[in-house]
Amino acid sequence: MTIAQGLNINLEAVLPVILTAMLALLVMALDFFVKKDNKAVLGYLSLIGLIIILPIAAVTVSPTAAFGAMVIADGYSAFFNAVFLIAAIFAVVLSLDYMKKIDSERGEYYYIMLFAVIGMMVMASANDLINLYVGLELMSMSFYVLVAMRRGSRGAEGALKYFILGAFSSGILLYGITYAYGFTGTTNLAEIARMGANLSSPNHYLLIAIIMLGAGFAFKIAAFPFHLWSPDAYEGAPTPVTALLSVGSKAAAFAFFLRFFAVSFEAFHPYWVTFLWALSAATMLFGAMVAIQQRNIVRMLAYSSIAHAGIILIGVVVKSGNAAAGIMYYLLVYAFMNTGAFAVVALLARGNGTGEAIADYRGLAARRPVLAFVMALFLLSLAGIPPTGGFTAKFFLLASAIEARYYWLAAIGVISTAISLFFYVKVIFYMYMKEPPEADPSAPVAAEPSALSYNIILLITALSTVALGIYPTPFMDMAIKAVKPLFM
Amino acid sequence: MHEIAASFPILSILVFFPAAGALLIIFFAKKEQFDLIRWSALGFALAEFALSLYLPFTFDSSNPGMQWVERGAWIERFGMNYILGVDGISLLLVLLTTLVTIICVLASWRDVKDKLKWFMALLLFTETCSLGVFMAMDLFLFYIFWEAVLIPMVFIIGIWGGARKLYSAVKFFVFTFVGSLFMLLGVLVLYFYHGHATGVYTFDVAVLFQNPVAPAVQFWIFMAFFLGFAVKVPMFPVHTWLPDAHTEAPTAGSIILAAVLLKLGSYGFLRFSLPLLPNASVQFAPLMMGISIFAIIYGALVTIAQKDMKKVVAYSSVSHMGFVMLGMFALNIEGIRGGLMQMINHGISTGALFLLVGMIYERTHTRTIGDYTGLFKVMPVFGVFFLITVLSSMGLPSTNGFIGELFILIGAFKAYPLYAVIAVVGVLLGAVYLLWLFQRVFLGDFVYRGKEELKDLKAREIISGGTLMVLIFWIGLCPKPFIRSMEASVNQVVRLVDTNYKKGLALAQASTPAASPSPTDASAAVVPAPGQPARDAAAQQAQAPAAAK
Repeated sequence: MTIAQGLNINLEAVLPVILTAMLALLVMALDFFVKKDNKAVLGYLSLIGLIIILPIAAVTVSPTAAFGAMVIADGYSAFFNAVFLIAAIFAVVLSLDYMKKIDSERGEYYYIMLFAVIGMMVMASANDLINLYVGLELMSMSFYVLVAMRRGSRGAEGALKYFILGAFSSGILLYGITYAYGFTGTTNLAEIARMGANLSSPNHYLLIAIIMLGAGFAFKIAAFPFHLWSPDAYEGAPTPVTALLSVGSKAAAFAFFLRFFAVSFEAFHPYWVTFLWALSAATMLFGAMVAIQQRNIVRMLAYSSIAHAGIILIGVVVKSGNAAAGIMYYLLVYAFMNTGAFAVVALLARGNGTGEAIADYRGLAARRPVLAFVMALFLLSLAGIPPTGGFTAKFFLLASAIEARYYWLAAIGVISTAISLFFYVKVIFYMYMKEPPEADPSAPVAAEPSALSYNIILLITALSTVALGIYPTPFMDMAIKAVKPLFM
Repeated sequence: MHEIAASFPILSILVFFPAAGALLIIFFAKKEQFDLIRWSALGFALAEFALSLYLPFTFDSSNPGMQWVERGAWIERFGMNYILGVDGISLLLVLLTTLVTIICVLASWRDVKDKLKWFMALLLFTETCSLGVFMAMDLFLFYIFWEAVLIPMVFIIGIWGGARKLYSAVKFFVFTFVGSLFMLLGVLVLYFYHGHATGVYTFDVAVLFQNPVAPAVQFWIFMAFFLGFAVKVPMFPVHTWLPDAHTEAPTAGSIILAAVLLKLGSYGFLRFSLPLLPNASVQFAPLMMGISIFAIIYGALVTIAQKDMKKVVAYSSVSHMGFVMLGMFALNIEGIRGGLMQMINHGISTGALFLLVGMIYERTHTRTIGDYTGLFKVMPVFGVFFLITVLSSMGLPSTNGFIGELFILIGAFKAYPLYAVIAVVGVLLGAVYLLWLFQRVFLGDFVYRGKEELKDLKAREIISGGTLMVLIFWIGLCPKPFIRSMEASVNQVVRLVDTNYKKGLALAQASTPAASPSPTDASAAVVPAPGQPARDAAAQQAQAPAAAK
């Protein structure tokens, strides 16, 4: 085998990444020429670019391992790329108005966001631990900066916590990679899988690698007890960044680790399943229970996002084709419903950082009936009530758990869903059944002029949330087709 | 099963017509146009009722199977279908729902002033979802409607309710939602066991009826279904949301809750639990009947102690629904027929009681017994209506309540004579609280301290109440058409329970020799039918935490 064959250079496999990188560089270069109060132009440019890349990235290519099997471009990564791009498009649109509102409009904001997306894409198509690490760091570094974009102590606190804990967890993850490499002599996932399958008894070094990589993974998806950064980072970050962080970075982590656990360490399933089972159960219950006490809606959504991570983990534990498709479907729905909820939050937040308390939602239905309605829709979907996408997604995951006879995990998932009903419904009740706060001097009418961008986002997310609930067939088929090569 | 396909999608029209009406109201009526909203809501409700009358006129009462069936694939990969059908069991419930919605619109004519547009729309949405529950013949579709019906109801209680509306709405939501979630797990277990056993993965009820799962699995599925259905019925110990929800809901909300939503639970037991899980049903029957008897007596005793008229009616529901469940789990034709009959009767009588209590509350703004007495003298028509309803509710012969209770007691006596004897005490207690309520409010000298002048019923109220009075006597004096409409289907259910029970026993026996744990890999591909029982037995052991895998 010559070096060129071994490298297997295939630009098509990394086309979405290249295009996004070109876009990011273009935005970065233009940033020098755009005047300070005109930075929104960069946002529009990023938006148009992302919209163009979306169909290119979503095209399913036949699974090819490229660049010396570092990268694998398959239907699976294409599906996730689409999820990242959708989340990024929403985040950019939200930012256009929001960054102006909090008076932090800067050019670097947009291209850093694009770099974060590139990191996610690299993770989703990584077929090698080194490649994973590069993608993960690119994404994380970008997010550290993005979280700090909001001026003031809240943003700084969130960013610092995220950065310190994130750097620490990256270290652990890297340490885990060294163990895997030390034993198998390779960082390639397929090679590791082959080595693992040939072992007659479990290798302790590989187990350590699994645990350490698992801890890094748990950190990225904010699973209990690795969640400590997430409420502060979510609260401190500009809301569009929070939306992207909760959807995109979570999806990216799941995209890689599903490959990692289910494909590379398939042979170790009996060992890591115990670890992930407990992680999933604890995360679901913890997230749901702690969310109840939150007074700030962003913090509440942060804990809700922890609970959702726990539910999605069920799919990793189950490790079947249906479960993987369920995860993908869940993340797709989550991209819509969670972004929708954050869009409402961003719309109602005021420039000075108030308006995010749950109490501020009192009587919203009387003031803004349509807005309250879509928020109720997103919350019901997050709670998993039919006929919304949140229900269908949860249904697929629970069904896969029952199919594989994880009855207790499914039951815990149901209990967590039941608990989470409290805080979702609380907001709905505040909006519909409580009187609005009296004589609100700074009622959020300030957001009205640029309402068009919000209206578009809310319309798209709301319609998608309902459509994914009523007619999931095409997307579910897509997901099942995408995971087929992974699970024979 | 003799399924009759629909020549045109009458059931889909019936289900979605109210929702379409609600959307029209939302989009085209302005919120100040009260009259337009009221009349159009009434128009939609009446049109829906008229449409639903198509069913009894074309109903083939000799056919026990589903009629007007519509089938369509929905999510084929998972065997989810869009199947609607109505048989003798659901026919009367469908008609009850469409009728009660009219009453509800009339009851909230003046009662609801705030956000009237949304109220009427939600009422119509509730109708859509309830009809969907009664007609869905696919478990997944059923579950969607089952959960969806909660949302409009929670809003009705939470927005237009009384002083403790938030508490009641949350309690109602949480109780029913939690129960339903466990039911969902049960549905999934049933789906996968059926799939493993037969190779056919489907939520289609007609297919699921053919092959019951092994008794040991039925046990767990029954528990899951119980949590879902019993909360809605509501059965003792999960009934505590009911008094709060009923008391705090606006009149129309209470009516639709009592007349329709409570029926969803007992309907679920009858339609799904009994034929799908016959062995577990037989196994649980004594317990279920015991709980029902307890609910009858306990509900009646608690009712006696109430001071709020609405609470009286609410707690009496616990007692009456106890009768329904008692009849159903007698598991014989008389009992089930009586239970079904009593579901209709309870819908009519309790709906009427809530309607009447709502009328007096609208006038006096108090429901406390003792705030007024001797109303008969100033409101004779109202008094007569109330008396008729009370008599019907306590099951006096010549009213509808008698027919239902009689069948239930016969059925229970055939199954467990002792239970029937105890249940009779419940009937007596029912007479106590109902007659005592009537005596305290209507008889004696007229005393009323409030400022408002008490006027007798208006034409609108007489129409809405009168319709129910007519029904009370119609069913009471001439129950034949009603019983005949349900007869074939009820017999069919009993037969189905019987045959499925035997199939289940056969499965259990077949699995005993092979009970030693065979290696089960759940994620493996579907295995064809023979040799399945062993799998089921082994699965029983897999109930242990999956972590053990």
